[in-house]
Amino acid sequence: MKNVMSNKFVIALYTLPALLLILVLIYIPIVLSGYYGLMDWDGIGQMTFIGLENYVTLIKDNYFWSSTWHSFLLAIFSTLSLLLYLAISLVLASKIKGSDLLRKIYLIPMLLSSVAIAQLWMKIFDPTNGMANTLLAFFGVENTPIWLADPAIALYAIFIPVIWQYAGFYILIYYAALKNVPDEVIEAAKIDGASPLQIALKIKLPLISGVFKVTIMLAVVGSLKYFDLIYVMTGGGPNGASEVMASYMYKEAFKLNNFGYGSAIGFGLLVICLVMTWLTMKLTKSKDDVQ
Amino acid sequence: MSEVTTQHATPNLPAPKASKKSYLNKIGFGFLYLILGVFAIIQIYPLVWLVFFSLKTNQEVFGMSPFALPQDPQWGNFTKAWTSGNIGLYFFNSVWITGLSVILTVILASFVTFALTRMHWKLSGLVLGMFLVAYMIPLHSTIIPLFNMFNNVGLIDNPASIVLSYTAFNLPLTIMILLGFYKTFPREIEEAAVMDGCSIHRIFFQVTLPMTIPVLSTTAIINMIYNWNEFVFVNTFISSDKFKTLTVGINNFVGQYLTDWGAIGATLVISIIPILLAFLFLSDKIVEGMTAGSVKG
Repeated sequence: MKNVMSNKFVIALYTLPALLLILVLIYIPIVLSGYYGLMDWDGIGQMTFIGLENYVTLIKDNYFWSSTWHSFLLAIFSTLSLLLYLAISLVLASKIKGSDLLRKIYLIPMLLSSVAIAQLWMKIFDPTNGMANTLLAFFGVENTPIWLADPAIALYAIFIPVIWQYAGFYILIYYAALKNVPDEVIEAAKIDGASPLQIALKIKLPLISGVFKVTIMLAVVGSLKYFDLIYVMTGGGPNGASEVMASYMYKEAFKLNNFGYGSAIGFGLLVICLVMTWLTMKLTKSKDDVQ
Repeated sequence: MSEVTTQHATPNLPAPKASKKSYLNKIGFGFLYLILGVFAIIQIYPLVWLVFFSLKTNQEVFGMSPFALPQDPQWGNFTKAWTSGNIGLYFFNSVWITGLSVILTVILASFVTFALTRMHWKLSGLVLGMFLVAYMIPLHSTIIPLFNMFNNVGLIDNPASIVLSYTAFNLPLTIMILLGFYKTFPREIEEAAVMDGCSIHRIFFQVTLPMTIPVLSTTAIINMIYNWNEFVFVNTFISSDKFKTLTVGINNFVGQYLTDWGAIGATLVISIIPILLAFLFLSDKIVEGMTAGSVKG
């Protein structure tokens, strides 16, 4: 029986197709991205080796750092919004009627394509015929904003649909985790006279802290590589006000044909994502040790 | 909240203190429902609004309140969107590209998960690690090299580049979800089949695959949603209209008809209907897949 289940030919036959796919389409491109970053290359013609010049330019490139800052702002907002989702999940998971239907309603935006969401919210933000300004006018706001066309608020305007899109996803995760908290623990606390608020803060939250850490990582890394919605809604504009790392990379490579420099940005994006993954793991872990 | 129910269960003992408390609890309860309800409206109303303006004329859109209901539903907007903007073709491309990628991903991931959890070999830990690490790599960092690789082998503007990319990038998550299921599933049935002298391929195809159908359908629906909604790969690798999928197709279409809100709305509604239908019938599977994918990560 051991022979059948350790047949090397079968193991290779079963794993190699998938392994080759991720090697060729994920791992090799990652290495190539760092390599292309060393080249002066327009994507069509000959590559010229220029050493670290692209990376030096990148470090001095203010536009890159402002894009990076925008990505980090999105990461901060996404992480903070996790608290709102957590609060809603706590309410939702406390034996409320219709919680199943509600969390499914919350999830619907998550199922839509970024293109559909972007196009829909561009209409919502339409300065004259959109829903947002009509609502603001209803509440007596006189100088309604021009949203995506205003460099001062374009980036923050985009955060709204991003947070709208992901709310249901995180609520779903928290809800599932909260439902896994054993009933006996909560009953015991109730007998000891704990209030619902105390039960939520002192018993439920610590028990799902592991899941909370995972969601922080998902939110941070997801934000740092965020692209689709911004690309469709503003293309990074007006005047770079909503440019993020991935959209800057895309613009350099596929609009301006700077494939070498674009690759360097892409490699920078990878490094920043991996460092932040590691850092988030490390930070949330040390909190655990204190407990 | 459950205090409320306990007190309702024993209505014969209405201590005055307790009834005051239960009254307060009811207010609190109502308040919580209000918050949950408002949140539900925020999540769903933009889509209702989208359906409304997809049924409006331009006069209604530009001349009346955005909150007004469509006066005379313009179903013609949908016919216009479907016929004038290649939407039918994009829709067809989305269907077959999504379908083919889902089948490839689920079958390849099943092979790998079977080998990882049922077979004995030294490098299994390393291979598993490679799939898990691949999950963390941002696809945007790979897009320029991928473009160049596909270009060199003549697969740019060829749907094969899309199917291969979808399969590769969805394999890690699919394997993670499958692993959770395979690990909790008893090996005894497969071991018995080995004793009976079944070949390994028969075991995989006739014993394991049928047993894992519940989780296969979960991963299939999650893959379907991701592929249906995918934008960057198609936008980068495909230039001919005849191969574009809905996301890229409608984005271009909408760009050309900026002021025709009715047609834009209709196009967007057409693109999200398949997903909403899937959700209507398979919401439990979708919820399960989305939770499994993240919590196990």
